[in-house]
Amino acid sequence: MHEMGIALQIIDIATASIPPGLRSARVERVNLQIGKLAAVVADSLRFCFDIVSKDTALAGAELAIEETPVVARCKDCEARWTIAEPVFTCPGCQGGALEILSGRELDIVSIEIAQEERHETGRG
Amino acid sequence: MRPVEDKKATREIKVVTRVLAVNERMAEQNRRRFAEKRVFVINVMSSPGSGKTTILQKTLERLMPEVRAAVIVGDVATTRDADRLAVTGAPVVQVNTDAFGGDCHLAAHVIEKASDSIDLDALDLLIIENVGNLVCPAEFDIGEDARAVVLSVTEGEDKPVKYPTMFRLCDAALLNKIDLLPHLDYDKAQAIDYIQQVHPGMPVFEISARSGEGLEGWIQWLKGKIRSKINAES
Repeated sequence: MHEMGIALQIIDIATASIPPGLRSARVERVNLQIGKLAAVVADSLRFCFDIVSKDTALAGAELAIEETPVVARCKDCEARWTIAEPVFTCPGCQGGALEILSGRELDIVSIEIAQEERHETGRG
Repeated sequence: MRPVEDKKATREIKVVTRVLAVNERMAEQNRRRFAEKRVFVINVMSSPGSGKTTILQKTLERLMPEVRAAVIVGDVATTRDADRLAVTGAPVVQVNTDAFGGDCHLAAHVIEKASDSIDLDALDLLIIENVGNLVCPAEFDIGEDARAVVLSVTEGEDKPVKYPTMFRLCDAALLNKIDLLPHLDYDKAQAIDYIQQVHPGMPVFEISARSGEGLEGWIQWLKGKIRSKINAES
């Protein structure tokens, strides 16, 4: 539901990550890692991103989203497993003291920038 | 790692930043400020209509004046909840998220601004009534010490498994409107099972904000938390 806000943050962070010498560069792709527990709807995020990225260095950029599964570790018996259903008890010892190792990510991993070969292409 | 497709000569730049990093930094700032002032902050979340405001009204009536409390109320629009809570005599700050873009949650910067208008030195407890929504508020740290989720017996028993992130994140659950149970087909044991399945060991308080039934356990839980914050080494 707050995908618009997330899209705006992505643009801020990505824009700030463009190296100083490449300020006029266009970002072609943003690589994101989003956990299954992060409550982000990918389609909705892309829709918002396309709207708010207009007139920025990220206009037309692709959002490449890698969804990370929910992986837990049992603090009692050290078992590790992927949680596919909303059951947060250890399948080994039935314990409930878990550490969530992944699944809550909402990270920008990297951005990919088009290398400019010619400068005066006069676009726009 | 994706192999770089080199046809178009792209250059990959590592970023590795949490998208919500700005919010998280702000939340940490809030947390430090509340720790300095020894104010216990609880973030109360639920779906719309579960009875949050009535619970808070009754909670304030029982805690005050022994506990010095204030409330920040988040709503997409209107000041109706704030008006109801102001009757208790506690300072109430209404935040309408539509001024910040009609948001579905309270973010840390909103809490920072709202708490500016509260005298934190004269406070033991700050209750933050989040926007009624079981999805988004769970994603936004606002600098609180504890989180409580409210659900009511007029909703589906399966709320906890439909919104596992929320139920995992919270420190206590309040199952409200139990006075209505005789009139409903609600399977309370099943609902509590679902909560325990998503968050084993989480305390569940079965209450009726209307009749006051069961509120004592919740009040004692809160008091314990407030006491340990006041006595904490900052």
